Amino acid sequence: MSFVDVAAALLVPALFPPLMLGVITRTKARLSGRRGAPLLQPYFDLARLLRKGIVRSRTTTWVFFAGPVVGLVTAFLAALVVPLGARGSLVEFSGDLIAFAYLLALGRFFTIAAALDTGSAFEGMGAAREAAFSCLAEPAAFFALLVLVKLSGSFSLAEMLGPGLPGLWTLGSPSLGLAAVSLFVVLLAENCRIPFDDPNTHLELTMIHEVMVLDHSGPPLALILYGSAVKLFAYGLLLVRMVTPFELETTAEGVAVSVAGLLLLSILIGVVESVMARLRLLRVPSLLVGAGLLSAFGVMLLVG
Amino acid sequence: MTTALALAAIACLAASGLAAAGARGRGPACADRIGAVLVAAGAGLGALSACLALAGRGDQLVVQTSLPGGALVFGVDALSALFLLPVVAVTLACSIYSLAYFRASDHPREAGRLRIAYGLTSAGLLLVLVARHGLVFLAGWELMAIAAFFAVTAEDRDPDVREAGFLYLVCTRASTLCLLALFALFWIATGSLELVAAPLGRIPLSLQSAIFALALAGFGLKAGLVPLHIWLPPAHAAAPTHVSALLSGVLIKAGIYGLVRVVSLLPEAPLWWGESMLGVGILSAVLGVAFALAQHDVKRLLAYHSIENIGIIAIGLGLALVARSLSRPEIAVLALAGALLHVVNHALFKSLLFLAAGAVVQATGIRSVDSLGGVAKAMPVTAFCFLAGAVAIVGLPPLNGFISEFLIYTGLLRSVAFETGRAWLLAVLAVPALSLTGGLALACFAKVVGAVFLGEPRSATARAAREAPAAMLGAMGALAGLCAAIGLVPSLIVPALTAACATVLSLPADVIRAPVAALSLLNLGVLALCALVGVALGLRLLRGPRGAAGTWDCGYAAPGRRMQYSASSFGELLVRAFEFALRPRVDAPRLAAVFPGPASFHSDVPDLMLDRVVSPASRALARGLNHLRALQQGSIHAYLLYVWIALVALLVATGASG
Amino acid sequence: MIELLDLVLVAVLLQNFLMLGTSRLRAAIQFAGIQGVLVGAALYIAHADAGLRVLALAIATVILKGLVIPSILLRAMRNVSIRREIEPFIGFTTSLILGALATGVSLVFSRSLPLLDEHLEALIVPASFATVLTGFLVLTTRRKAITQVVGYLTLENGIFVFGLTLVEAIPFLVEIGVLLDLFVAVFVMGIIMDHISREFSSLSTEHLTSLRE
Repeated sequence: MSFVDVAAALLVPALFPPLMLGVITRTKARLSGRRGAPLLQPYFDLARLLRKGIVRSRTTTWVFFAGPVVGLVTAFLAALVVPLGARGSLVEFSGDLIAFAYLLALGRFFTIAAALDTGSAFEGMGAAREAAFSCLAEPAAFFALLVLVKLSGSFSLAEMLGPGLPGLWTLGSPSLGLAAVSLFVVLLAENCRIPFDDPNTHLELTMIHEVMVLDHSGPPLALILYGSAVKLFAYGLLLVRMVTPFELETTAEGVAVSVAGLLLLSILIGVVESVMARLRLLRVPSLLVGAGLLSAFGVMLLVG
Repeated sequence: MTTALALAAIACLAASGLAAAGARGRGPACADRIGAVLVAAGAGLGALSACLALAGRGDQLVVQTSLPGGALVFGVDALSALFLLPVVAVTLACSIYSLAYFRASDHPREAGRLRIAYGLTSAGLLLVLVARHGLVFLAGWELMAIAAFFAVTAEDRDPDVREAGFLYLVCTRASTLCLLALFALFWIATGSLELVAAPLGRIPLSLQSAIFALALAGFGLKAGLVPLHIWLPPAHAAAPTHVSALLSGVLIKAGIYGLVRVVSLLPEAPLWWGESMLGVGILSAVLGVAFALAQHDVKRLLAYHSIENIGIIAIGLGLALVARSLSRPEIAVLALAGALLHVVNHALFKSLLFLAAGAVVQATGIRSVDSLGGVAKAMPVTAFCFLAGAVAIVGLPPLNGFISEFLIYTGLLRSVAFETGRAWLLAVLAVPALSLTGGLALACFAKVVGAVFLGEPRSATARAAREAPAAMLGAMGALAGLCAAIGLVPSLIVPALTAACATVLSLPADVIRAPVAALSLLNLGVLALCALVGVALGLRLLRGPRGAAGTWDCGYAAPGRRMQYSASSFGELLVRAFEFALRPRVDAPRLAAVFPGPASFHSDVPDLMLDRVVSPASRALARGLNHLRALQQGSIHAYLLYVWIALVALLVATGASG
Repeated sequence: MIELLDLVLVAVLLQNFLMLGTSRLRAAIQFAGIQGVLVGAALYIAHADAGLRVLALAIATVILKGLVIPSILLRAMRNVSIRREIEPFIGFTTSLILGALATGVSLVFSRSLPLLDEHLEALIVPASFATVLTGFLVLTTRRKAITQVVGYLTLENGIFVFGLTLVEAIPFLVEIGVLLDLFVAVFVMGIIMDHISREFSSLSTEHLTSLRE
């Protein structure tokens, strides 16, 4: 990888993700007849939060601050695993899709622990739901990745989503389509979007991710916000790369296609969030298992 | 030389308890220390022997006796050495831990017995690992099993402990029975009891399959594969903590060692061996962690996680067997290396978890996860060690669990990517099953860490906890350090792994070097980045305004300690999702009147196999066998008559056939 | 010297019948003692050429089985002051008939066993089987503990006779160990008999019925 590649691979995940959040919020606002906040609002929010001080609960320990830190680092590293174009990714080795999943799991572990650290009923509730739902979303994600593995015959994300991708689509488009749909559902679940969680709600009984970060303030809250944006970027980039079977030669092409795809994805998420309502909590496992079965079916089409 | 060192280690360990008992006159603390010193000597000798064997200097020792079965052979090779290392590490750590946990001055009646049993258990285990002859293996196995029984029932004044010990004894006798049959068949098949690889093609396949089935049953009983795991949770809950750590960390690995040995001795494995082990592994992994979610007692919870991890090891072993049957050397090596590394890793982090949990239980006197909380403030080092163990057992970077699970995943992914055919179907299923297990384990351990160490204390005794004594902290810290070392610098253990894999599969094992090196970099990167960002955040926070207050909790004005999310509530969603397997028993209050009085709610998840299958079956068997009571009249003459009839019948039978 | 050995073994078989038929305890003990002496002599006669070891063993057997053990039993008998055996479960006559049957069966039966050539025509194996079966018969059918101990002694004599075929194979230590075993067993039984008679004021073992659920 050349210096330009490395720079792009570092700068895009570092600078782009909050823009996705801005696009989602703007889409939702426009669809409900409002003008909406500026597209760069999340950047201003982050800057504002970084300037502030903190109020920390006396119940908490060092784990409370480890949550945001680990969440951000793991999300960023996971984003580095996904290739931006056809030039490979910064963190690339055989089997790195496992690393992708487990890095995000590490972030989840510490986020849940930080939520339980405050000793509050609501944050514990959010943590419980987050743990349960991501448990059921993991196999769905793995089934979707298995489709890619089976089709491409390799298990490094850079190779799976690399130059051979258009060929894969001609080979097994039904399976890849199913995998893409299932991966989209997993993305919505893991990033706490409707129909799994409402990022704008402030009713305790309906929150999952929001409620886990109730007690954070100032710079840690900025890290959390930024980290969740990077996580959305990571999942989104994976999905976008999977569904864009173009032959990408140069770095610029790769970055352009990825960014455009992510913006479209953000608009799509915004549309989904405006059109659907949040699912009843007890229905969420069924939806996740359904998504898993979809991608399992995709795998079966290839194996059988 | 290597084997002689190992035998000396065995002698030291066996003598540790007895010498300490002999020195009882000089005071209980002195006896404790003598025992610990001897255990340390034994551990050192064992580690030296293992290192020599891994460096290629493994050898054998032949002892001529007049016993039937030929000369007794002892030997240390790379596979034994790989198992020896965690055994000595865990034995030493638990022994140091027990200096402060089970002091002879606090338990005058039980400490001496426990020390003898502990020494004999570890000696028996080491004997199993260096046995190259069926009789030696069985002798070591029996010694280990019986001594472990006495160690588990150390505090036998408690009826629950006695019952758990009895269940353990029954299961271990069943396992020994299977092993006796196994070695008898082996003798018939190969003509000698020496554990060398059978020549290809000379043993009929039915005999080989019988040997494998007996091995799966006998060693599976010891290892705790579902559905033969019923003794594990009660035994772990009943035993003193360092004995539970020994049980979970190394004793059940003896079962895995036996399976690997038997598999290495029978090179022509048909496909169904690997498939059955893979299937059993998937079942154990998923069910083990599902049951763990529903437990209230922290030690039972950890026991079920042991079952889960044994399942993961069995998945690796099964895949290696399947790959060997279908001649895919790379997949076999990756899967086996992952399984063996997981053996080492699990020994380390499971013992760490048990020791930390034991420290908490000793400090607060509470075993139920629902009554603890906020212990991290009083016991920060213990909390850190437990957190490290939790991150390791879930298999998260940057610790060692991630590396072994990654190797198994790589093997599975290779089979998905490159192989087609019905034979690999289970491997395709194993990948999501493994990820589900990982997710459930994450949920469970986040729950335990949060409910026990974080938040506010839920009871008075939890509030009154104090940090554990130095011996306990030292043992925990050493184990945590080893976990981190293997996680961050796994190239330390790669030579050992390659040597052990070569012993079992006779294949070059260089294919594991590349992924492990990449993982090492990743782990170091994660740790370094987290440290960097953490330091940056810390500096930023120190500069800015800071305030402290109670938990804001969305503006709730009067939070109470009991209002925290309890561990049972945390796991409720998942327990409900797995209701078909867990079958929780709920004792809900029935509302009788308009203004009901105080009532209580109790929910429990008993072990499915024990509660629904084994206990009813044994009750039915007892009822059926009651009819044979008529034979037992109590008259001595009747009994003598039975003996006479049997003798005459035997004579007639011999005469008729002769 | 096969003929002398055969004579001795016939005498052993005779002792069996005598023991089965008598109801006097003192006589039964004496018959057992005589049988022990005969067995020790048989040992020496069968393997006179094996040297000092066999001589020592034979002398030890004679002393132990012929003198020491009967004296222990006689002393126990004096302590509980019992003279006679009451009617056994199957009657004295029936016992004799069964004993004869057992001897006949063992004679017929030993033909079909895979023995070494030198032992095929000898009386050793049939005599041992017959003595063992007689011992069992006495054990099973007599009511008093002392008679049951005598039956046990007969059983051991039978096993010892069988051991005559294996003198070269069994190490000296094992033989001495077996004798010691016997001595200890009888000693213990003597003590137990004392306890039985004190507990139940009789020596009949029909009272010992708690070994059941």
